[in-house]
Amino acid sequence: MAKSLFEKVWAAHAVRTLANGQTQLLIGTHLIHEVTSPQAFGMLRDLGLKVAMPHRTFATVDHIVPTDQLVEPYRDPLAQAMMEELRRNCAESGITFFDRATGKQGIVHIVGPEQGITQPGTTIACGDSHTSTHGAFGAVAFGIGTTQIRDVLATQTMALGKLKVRRINVRGSLRPGVYAKDVILHIIRVLGVNGGTGYAYEYGGEVFDRFSMEERMTVCNMSIEGGARAGYVNPDQTTFDYLRGRPYSPQGAAWEAAVERWCGFASDPGCPYDDVVNIDAADIAPTVTWGINPGQGIAITESIPDPARATAADERASIEEALAYMKLRPGAAIKGTRIDVAFIGSCTNGRLSDFREVARHVRGRRVAPGVKAIAVPGSQIVALQCEKEGIDQVLRDAGFEWRAAGCSMCLAMNPDKLVGDQLCASSSNRNFKGRQGSPTGRTLLMSPLMVAAAAVTGSVADAREVFAVHS
Amino acid sequence: MALEKITAVTGRAVCVPGNDIDTDRIIPARFMKCVTFDGLGEFLFHDVRKKADGTDQAHPLNDPRFRGATILLSGANFGCGSSREHAPQAIQKHGFRAVVAESFAEIFFGNCTTLGIPCAAAARADIARLAAALEADPALPVTLDVAAGEIRFGGQSIRAEVRPAARDALIHGRWDAIGELLEGLPAVQALAARTPYLAA
Ligand code: SF4
Repeated sequence: MAKSLFEKVWAAHAVRTLANGQTQLLIGTHLIHEVTSPQAFGMLRDLGLKVAMPHRTFATVDHIVPTDQLVEPYRDPLAQAMMEELRRNCAESGITFFDRATGKQGIVHIVGPEQGITQPGTTIACGDSHTSTHGAFGAVAFGIGTTQIRDVLATQTMALGKLKVRRINVRGSLRPGVYAKDVILHIIRVLGVNGGTGYAYEYGGEVFDRFSMEERMTVCNMSIEGGARAGYVNPDQTTFDYLRGRPYSPQGAAWEAAVERWCGFASDPGCPYDDVVNIDAADIAPTVTWGINPGQGIAITESIPDPARATAADERASIEEALAYMKLRPGAAIKGTRIDVAFIGSCTNGRLSDFREVARHVRGRRVAPGVKAIAVPGSQIVALQCEKEGIDQVLRDAGFEWRAAGCSMCLAMNPDKLVGDQLCASSSNRNFKGRQGSPTGRTLLMSPLMVAAAAVTGSVADAREVFAVHS
Repeated sequence: MALEKITAVTGRAVCVPGNDIDTDRIIPARFMKCVTFDGLGEFLFHDVRKKADGTDQAHPLNDPRFRGATILLSGANFGCGSSREHAPQAIQKHGFRAVVAESFAEIFFGNCTTLGIPCAAAARADIARLAAALEADPALPVTLDVAAGEIRFGGQSIRAEVRPAARDALIHGRWDAIGELLEGLPAVQALAARTPYLAA
């Protein structure tokens, strides 16, 4: 019978059925970072257990690293303690750690692909919700909690119920100035922030066929914001071209065999799905969030929703709550909303192609007075490549701060934080209350080019107009 | 590993109303800078409980009438957002033993179950009825009967179901999978040896 990639990967990694009906699933690759792993190592010690497959476990440091300080000890003693704890845990267990001194450090979801660790037909787990990013390669990748990290460390498996699969086709062509970020913000807006509960999302259609790996990663990254535990794209020539020659990719004769195996994992034509959703690419516009969850988004040309026009009481209440927090006026155009901060980075949009696209357009422009603009590469390798291409200089000349690799202002665990109720145009993935470090800080999610447009005009703007992006 | 069989949770309850209460609200990310979970309970719902100057503001968890509650009530899609276990850990370390809400976010639900915290779903009107009873008598003893799928309080009862797989795990003392997973290790090693990218 024709099977989906999810079915095939699941079957290839199912060890056995547990008493509660869940599956003991083999996790081929375990990625860890400093925030969610130390407690798991602690639990392991308490139980007197060891790491089962240290050679299939890879670590990096991303959330807490200051992006403006490279020398240790860090100013924040807690950050320093977490750093040292991870170093110690990796050394004790024989785990490869892409520490800052290796030149390969970065956000975990950027490092895995970059190193060729993320491969098609594999299972991946990481104590981080955006692990779905790795699905871009046709891997089945789960974000897990600390207790599950303990389970994976101790047994290289975890207990999991099987997901359903929803195929999401994005058909046709994206209009100019519309990016992968807009595609996923649109999908979440259409299907809702809980629409994916119980599902893995399989993304396909012409738009995904044409997407680069980095674009596929941007979409898969935010699957979780739509409630889907995992999201993936079937592996194809684009995937293989990206992986060839990477440090952990199979080499020589093993490469051909691997590609053949990987092809076999792609969903069979005509395989059944639990649900299918079709989206017309032409319906997708540059999208901006106005609220406090990633589903509260609108096209740049639209107005901020008015609770008075909501049809359901629930919807009205959630719009009211969001607008009260965001201090935005119902019915007003989102375009023209003054911003204080512009942030380009994160595991969603902190890759080379993101910075290339921004640099191409901001060359010769200036960040508006009063706007703090920071550009933070997602990994040291991205940083180095940007520096080789002069992208860092273009951004600096435009008035952006160019920082060292890390999660930075995506979340409030390092010194890059909003202050008071600052409004931030952000290329990250979450606009929850307080997400960017100030309990009253406000986040508008958008594509990197839209962030750049907001940075140079000082307010939310249509990048297509600001940078004369034409068809 | 013998685990407690969690068939019921009895205690006082408190309602934190609202839908889509996310993990950042439950425990703001800046409190996740820790190498153990001890001490997280203190920061539960921190940013909505404290004013900018660090003093308390009106919040059910600051209300002395509800101090010592072990059952937390809330609205729909509770625990959405991040996979961080700091959220259920903060809830547990604060003293809660069960959460009752209209619905739960997937990862949060799983994380809670693994810690032995039953997450029971109840109808909005029923939660409102229980919340009203608590408002009238904050000391009202409340029992979440995990096995029976109901909540009993002051002579009333409402449906409150933990999803079957989680319910069975809780009542049979199998909510933490580690014991069973360890038993499977020989089979794990055998499968890994047959899996090309792991065998190499
Ligand atoms: S960049 Fe943001 S979402 Fe991505 S791993 Fe870091 S904190 Fe999480």
